[in-house]
Amino acid sequence: MAAFVWLTIMTALRILGRNRMRAGLTMLGIVIGVAAVIAMVSIGEGAKRAVQAQIATMGTNVIIIFPGVTSASGVRGSQGSAITLTVSDALELKKRIPLLVDTGWSRRDVLQIVYGNKNWNGPIYGISPSYLTIRDWSFTSGGPFTQTDLDSAARVALIGQTIVDNLFEPGEEPVGAVIRIKNVPFRIIGVLAPKGQSSQGTDQDDVIFIPFSTAERKVFGTSFIGSVAAMFGSTDQVEDLPMAAEQIREVLRARHRLQAEQGDDFTIKTQVDIGKVQEGTSETLTMMLFAIASVSLLVGGIGIMNILLVSVTERTREIGVRMAVGAKRYHIVMQFLIEAMTLSLVGGVLGIVLGVAGAKLTTLIAGWPTIISGNVIVISFFFSLVVGLFFGLYPANKAARLNPIEALRYE
Amino acid sequence: MASLIECDDVWKIYRVGDVDVQALRGLSLTIEQGEFVAIMGSSGSGKSTLMNMLGCLDQPTKGHYRLNGVEVGRLTPDELAGIRNQQIGFVFQSFNLIPRTSALENAQLPLFYRGLSLKEQRVKAAEALGRVGLHGREDHYPTQLSGGQQQRVAIARALVTSPSLLLADEPTGNLDTQSSQEIMRILETLNRDEGITIILVTHEVDVAAYAAREIVIKDGQILSDRKTKAGPISSPVGA
Repeated sequence: MAAFVWLTIMTALRILGRNRMRAGLTMLGIVIGVAAVIAMVSIGEGAKRAVQAQIATMGTNVIIIFPGVTSASGVRGSQGSAITLTVSDALELKKRIPLLVDTGWSRRDVLQIVYGNKNWNGPIYGISPSYLTIRDWSFTSGGPFTQTDLDSAARVALIGQTIVDNLFEPGEEPVGAVIRIKNVPFRIIGVLAPKGQSSQGTDQDDVIFIPFSTAERKVFGTSFIGSVAAMFGSTDQVEDLPMAAEQIREVLRARHRLQAEQGDDFTIKTQVDIGKVQEGTSETLTMMLFAIASVSLLVGGIGIMNILLVSVTERTREIGVRMAVGAKRYHIVMQFLIEAMTLSLVGGVLGIVLGVAGAKLTTLIAGWPTIISGNVIVISFFFSLVVGLFFGLYPANKAARLNPIEALRYE
Repeated sequence: MASLIECDDVWKIYRVGDVDVQALRGLSLTIEQGEFVAIMGSSGSGKSTLMNMLGCLDQPTKGHYRLNGVEVGRLTPDELAGIRNQQIGFVFQSFNLIPRTSALENAQLPLFYRGLSLKEQRVKAAEALGRVGLHGREDHYPTQLSGGQQQRVAIARALVTSPSLLLADEPTGNLDTQSSQEIMRILETLNRDEGITIILVTHEVDVAAYAAREIVIKDGQILSDRKTKAGPISSPVGA
């Protein structure tokens, strides 16, 4: 049996080798199908990974709470325009909800920053020290400010890489330098490690952090002490996020004395929610590409079936001879199945090579990240085998059911 | 010991459209091991049908055909294939070699389906080619061989399994006189020296003359059945 299979494979390869043009054209459908699957899945995976990496820069297991909108005589302001969240809300949340590891808060304004003869307009965040840990900020030099800085409203600042690039000469050490924000001098005590783009495409490194109390009292100026633009919480486990979000909602509703019929005056978003939107997009794309690739494989399979039916007709006499000298039905079935699978497998392997090359080329030329997973290669290989098997069955059975006498007489 | 071939009131009826065609009509025939039989008859006489049946390519509609005591009429297609592989060698008028496949591989074919190892297949096929005088031509393709040589490859393919029965259907029909004589001498030698039973279908009298028994078929029945040579076969006159 092993000898039979081996010889049949050799025969199949020789027959395909003789009709190279025909075999090549027949395989084309499978080649394109498999190459498309590999390239697309690689690009899709790459995109997904990039999105995941971007989402991870938000922090670990983060919950973000924005204030609601103002409503003056029916005219509603933008998201977060209402002053409904306060520092004491954040402190209360931490106290009341054990699931929350930490809570933090921030306010933001865009102001001019001056250093020496250079200036830059960038977003200034007044933050609680816990903000840094929740959002996973680390430092390339220097370090964070502390609760003492917050309590004393110290004039210290942390700056992002974009600020460093724009205000400082290359090689100049920013830590220890003094910049001016709205004419208030701030000493830089830390440079933040770069995070790159956010999932919304904004530059996360174009940022200056100063203590919340300093911002409130010395920089922003505010009519309502303690109001924050956003609150942040984090949990230990990603699974705890929905539960924590629900508890935050209950606590805040109670604190804001909202009646049952009133809507929330705040919005809660978890990292999972944000991730879902992004992943949903790439998932849709992957599904669509998969559908296209499937159609290509189907067409390729039909091509194989077609060429095998031609082959069965062309070789009717040969089949008759084989039957006359003692080929059983399964011998004939096997012969054509192996031919079909050889076609589809060679096509599959070419497709894998082409697909991997295509993915690499995409990274090289377009700069898109691609991830070639071993799984997709194995699945493609298996799939092309199945295509050959499935579309080879009909011609193979047709050949095996030939009447040897008629087959021998066939002209 | 039973006869090699026993046909007992064999009928073969084909349905062509609305008409039943009786190709064999109650034919009875016995052939012993080691005989050399020529079957003659005009086209449409039923001799091809008889050959197909004797070669286990076909089964009788009615009646019994026993090959080596085995009732062929009851066998499945795969069992028939097994019998053809083990006991029968075919030689066709149009050689029926597999194109673009070497002489050696053509001769190997029955052994391939017997499931022998590749090495055994090659050794036996090379030996069979040697017996028909094609030593050294193992790697030739059918297109590189003359008609007579192609037919000899076909004989080697029929011989390679050491069959008890060799069926030759107009083996010289596509050959010139000289090649025909070569082929017939090979068949004659195989019958005489190795005791292989040979059944030959022909309409040429001088080809039929190599056989020791001549059966004439007409309208699906035996018209005449006579021994043309007595005892062990000797070389025919004029060959």
